[in-house]
Amino acid sequence: MKRKIGSQILASILVNSVYAMINYPVVLINTLLAPLAILAVVTFASKGALLPVAAVGALIMNMVSSGTSLQQDLSHLKNDMRLQDMIVSSPTTSLVYIVGMAISEIVYSIPTLAFLVILNLIFVKITLLGGLIIFLDMATIFTFSISLGFYLSTFTSDIIQSWGFSGILSPLLTTIPPVYYPITYIPYPYRYLAYLSPTTYASEIAQSQTGFFNPGVAGFSTAWIVLLAITGALTYLALKRSRWREI
Amino acid sequence: MRIQTFDLSKTYEKKNTALKNLTLDLNLNGIFSIIGRNGAGKTTFVRIMSTELMPTSGNGFINEMDVVSQATEVRQQIAVVPQEARPLPWLTPLQTVSSYLMWRGYSYREANEKGKEALRELGLEGKEREKSRKLSGGQKRKLMVATVISSEAPVVFLDEPTTGLDYLSRKELWQLLSKMKKDRLIILTTHYLEEAEILGDQIMILDSGKLVDIGKIDDLRAKVKLPYVLKVYSDNFKIEDNELQVHPVSEKETFVYGSATKIYGLMPYLVTNKMKFTVEEASLSNIFEQYLGGEEGENEKEDW
Repeated sequence: MKRKIGSQILASILVNSVYAMINYPVVLINTLLAPLAILAVVTFASKGALLPVAAVGALIMNMVSSGTSLQQDLSHLKNDMRLQDMIVSSPTTSLVYIVGMAISEIVYSIPTLAFLVILNLIFVKITLLGGLIIFLDMATIFTFSISLGFYLSTFTSDIIQSWGFSGILSPLLTTIPPVYYPITYIPYPYRYLAYLSPTTYASEIAQSQTGFFNPGVAGFSTAWIVLLAITGALTYLALKRSRWREI
Repeated sequence: MRIQTFDLSKTYEKKNTALKNLTLDLNLNGIFSIIGRNGAGKTTFVRIMSTELMPTSGNGFINEMDVVSQATEVRQQIAVVPQEARPLPWLTPLQTVSSYLMWRGYSYREANEKGKEALRELGLEGKEREKSRKLSGGQKRKLMVATVISSEAPVVFLDEPTTGLDYLSRKELWQLLSKMKKDRLIILTTHYLEEAEILGDQIMILDSGKLVDIGKIDDLRAKVKLPYVLKVYSDNFKIEDNELQVHPVSEKETFVYGSATKIYGLMPYLVTNKMKFTVEEASLSNIFEQYLGGEEGENEKEDW
């Protein structure tokens, strides 16, 4: 039988997002709440001044959440439902499975993404080039978070451990770093700590396009180089070092 | 279908040996039952042969394809329901079967058609659109079996598919497996010896990761010392013979295990004393006990 990779990818999307959304419509608002809550707090606390930054930040958080959700979903399907064992023993490859699952996370957050994109179109004034840069920035941070989620999921042995990883990653990557506010708000020497998080570089790139932070050409280039290097390394690890077949 | 292993071994964390130099060569269609205590290595065997787990040493082959170096090719031919696998509660049975088939490469339409057909064959029609969490335990296990059977994979691994099911649900699943075994090899691990006996065209006994024996039930029975059971229903029955094993079940019921010669040698005594009795071949449970004695398995800890 000729194997159809498109069908294999579609299976992951259907199982992990579409069927969940159809069978339990309440999940449609799931992904919206966390970014919206922080967006609201930052906006009200800054009397609206930081709304454009927070709107872009919410997009970054949404991308990162895809990775943490992926980590939980994969762990749940592997450890609790034993579904991954069935898939490992099927003609689906790890790459096809992970691509499908990654896309499923995007599909799952489509209502949130749509809302945030509209919010950004209304409140964030950027050029077409700026919009393209932010899109590439989001695509990169999405790849980073998905790779991280997949890599971690292969090491979790139960859902509690998986929740633990998510609980750590979410604040470390989205709440504490300057995702919802400009990095200039962090005094030295604490600002250096912020650079430990890849989302700081993603935020710098996005905020440079919205006019809230000017890193200069060198800073802008450095942010891209570091973000791409981290993403590339993590993607490599996820593809090569993660455990599809157990040892 | 051909299953071969050569010195197949698995050691977890450099200390817990789950399989020890397992060598076998089987060429059969039908059901291959694997029995053994907890920790005998049944699940490890299934996981290695179904390409989920790397062996520590040795080789395994399915239809002459190496499960390690030719895993991609092997995976085209196998399907597995792991121990404790269950349907995702947010999916309907049809979505469960069809998505698995899509992972195997079927188109959405083909997968749906085959899924409906499989559910109908398994008596789950009418449940296609209910959420799986609403199914009974038996229906959930049936659904998992339907999922892999519908794939038409010629080699199917079922790791303890009936554990936890009531007797009638198990019987339903047995009927299903008997029907489905044509033209394919079903490798079934179980703790229910009656199930292994009824279903198994070949039976393998594992103990502490080692192969104890393998063969048809009659082959295994022929190798034990006490292949017959005499069941005597009388309160006057008393006998002492070192070559017989006597087990009083109640005041009026005694089971006697022995060879054909010894058992049939008791007939005149039973007839003369007008005692009711039956003679049966030893069941797989009796055979299993005789093979493994009462010794504790080395790995009697968790299911490997």
